[in-house]
Amino acid sequence: MRREGSPWLGTKVIIYKELCDHMSSARMRVLEILVVLTALASLYAAIQQIKNVTAEDPFLFLRLFTTSQDPMPSFVSFLGFLVPLMAIGLGFDAVNSEYNRRTMSRILAQPIYRDALLFGKFIAGLLTLSISLLALWLLVIGLGLLMLGVPPGGEEIARSLLFFVVTIFYAGVWLALAMLCSIIFRSAATAALVTLGLWLFTTVIWPALAPAIAQAFLPPDDPATVVIGAQMLARLSPSTLFGEIVLALLNPATRTLGPIYLSQLQGAVMGAPLPLSESMLIAWPQIVGLIASTILIFVIGYVVFQRQEVRA
Amino acid sequence: MSEDVIVAQGLTKRYGPATVVNGISFSVGKGEIFGLLGPNGAGKTTTILMLLGLSEISAGQARVLGHDPVRDPLTVKRRVGYLPDAVGFYDNLSAAENLRFTGRLMDLEHSDREQRIAAALERVGLQHVAEKRVATFSRGMRQRLGLAEILMKKSDIAILDEPTSGLDPQATIELLEIIRNLKQEGVTVLLSSHLLDRVQSICDRVALFHDGHIALMGTVEELGRQILGAGFAVVADAKGDGIAAKLHAIPDVLSVEEVKPGRYRLLADRDVLADVAATVASSGGRLTHLSIDAPSLESIYANYFQRKAQDGEGRHAA
Repeated sequence: MRREGSPWLGTKVIIYKELCDHMSSARMRVLEILVVLTALASLYAAIQQIKNVTAEDPFLFLRLFTTSQDPMPSFVSFLGFLVPLMAIGLGFDAVNSEYNRRTMSRILAQPIYRDALLFGKFIAGLLTLSISLLALWLLVIGLGLLMLGVPPGGEEIARSLLFFVVTIFYAGVWLALAMLCSIIFRSAATAALVTLGLWLFTTVIWPALAPAIAQAFLPPDDPATVVIGAQMLARLSPSTLFGEIVLALLNPATRTLGPIYLSQLQGAVMGAPLPLSESMLIAWPQIVGLIASTILIFVIGYVVFQRQEVRA
Repeated sequence: MSEDVIVAQGLTKRYGPATVVNGISFSVGKGEIFGLLGPNGAGKTTTILMLLGLSEISAGQARVLGHDPVRDPLTVKRRVGYLPDAVGFYDNLSAAENLRFTGRLMDLEHSDREQRIAAALERVGLQHVAEKRVATFSRGMRQRLGLAEILMKKSDIAILDEPTSGLDPQATIELLEIIRNLKQEGVTVLLSSHLLDRVQSICDRVALFHDGHIALMGTVEELGRQILGAGFAVVADAKGDGIAAKLHAIPDVLSVEEVKPGRYRLLADRDVLADVAATVASSGGRLTHLSIDAPSLESIYANYFQRKAQDGEGRHAA
């Protein structure tokens, strides 16, 4: 049976309110300070490193993102770690807090569909993350200009902008997951713990576990199959996908994200940078995978939410 | 009643094997105050949610203002105000901001919205705390803010779920007064409660829920006659010889019972207070107390289920 009226009705109102809530919340401020401070620290370390080894590098600016100096990890590995934290922080109580505050039935009794509430909350979360990440990106570029004294080239800007967009999708995966948990679990604390647990599992444990599983289940006489199998398994984790995309985008010399056969190396000029379109081509499956998992997780949450009883 | 604005036919809600609401039918006329009464878990809230299109209907049909809440929930929700059981607000926002948010969801124009918010807050007596955060509000103030939301919506129907639960007597009286005012403006009110005596004073008609069924429906007087056997119960403390027989002789008195020595309880079809007084006086007796019990929902309810339980036992014994 078709229902009348648009599911988008009221979405804008919800987005606006959620955005206001996010921007003024203490939680968001703490996360922002955390991100900015750690990013500055890693950036400072990277700049020191780059200044010391003033090599002729056509992509000096991209080194800002990827260079690490002990004990500081690089800017991108920091982001890979902190962006999920931010997304989870914004999403883990998105839906269950409405139940706990007993506002859910009152809001849904207004002339909107549930779709609007869920869309609005997700889009508002993603917008908040985008705004913070954009600010961070500008901060990095600005600091790089000041401290390196070298203007970035067009391709560098393009690559780092693409990296920025991919980071938003990466955040989207975790936001969708956190919202899914907030739909399933009525207690915000449970939802937060479960999401954090899943994040730790996919980021830390799964990449280590994948080779072991591949070794256990694939025929050991063909080492190439085992390596490829392990990689395939590891790619189930969004963190692995993000890491690979970053590698391809920010390091133009990256020629492949999988194992290379000797035959493929014939005639290749080692270390020569690829054009942007080629780098995109290499990372494209990973990018699609990241977007697809965001959509998939969101849809699961959507279905569960639609079937949920309004009553707390 | 002129026209029915809420019609439910065989409304049923099942959760797996459990049937929470089982084939209930009722209709509410325009401008009426209709009470859904019964213990917790009898299916009142589920019925309300089905009428609003917030819960799926397993079987049967509902029509609210001529619209199907399953197919066209937006139209229904645009014209129906709903005050949920123990309503909640965003604690970090002020009373006016909370209303502003729902006003935006209702798609009200800015100037119209501000006007309505101010008017609604004044009607429920919250105008002086309009800019205070809701976190500081008491239970009664929250309920009133919920009513202000319905007033702001200018809805044709107000559905109130347990509006008086958890309120002190003073707050209850104030709330019932606001609900009465709603009726005067031609708003149809559907309210649910488990506090039978509190709401019987304002309901035109009631439906008594029991275990997913409507056990009884009608005006309080009708139900009293139906269940207690009479509309009026008179209690008289009198001394004298053969008073009981004389009281029984009064026209329309159905039964006389000597509850304890010197106290008689009469059931009658009409108000027989004057006749009782006259009878006792003329027979030379002394009348020390005389009072009339209007039929109370509490006693109707208790009586009905007592009888049901007895019937059940009888059947089992047979």
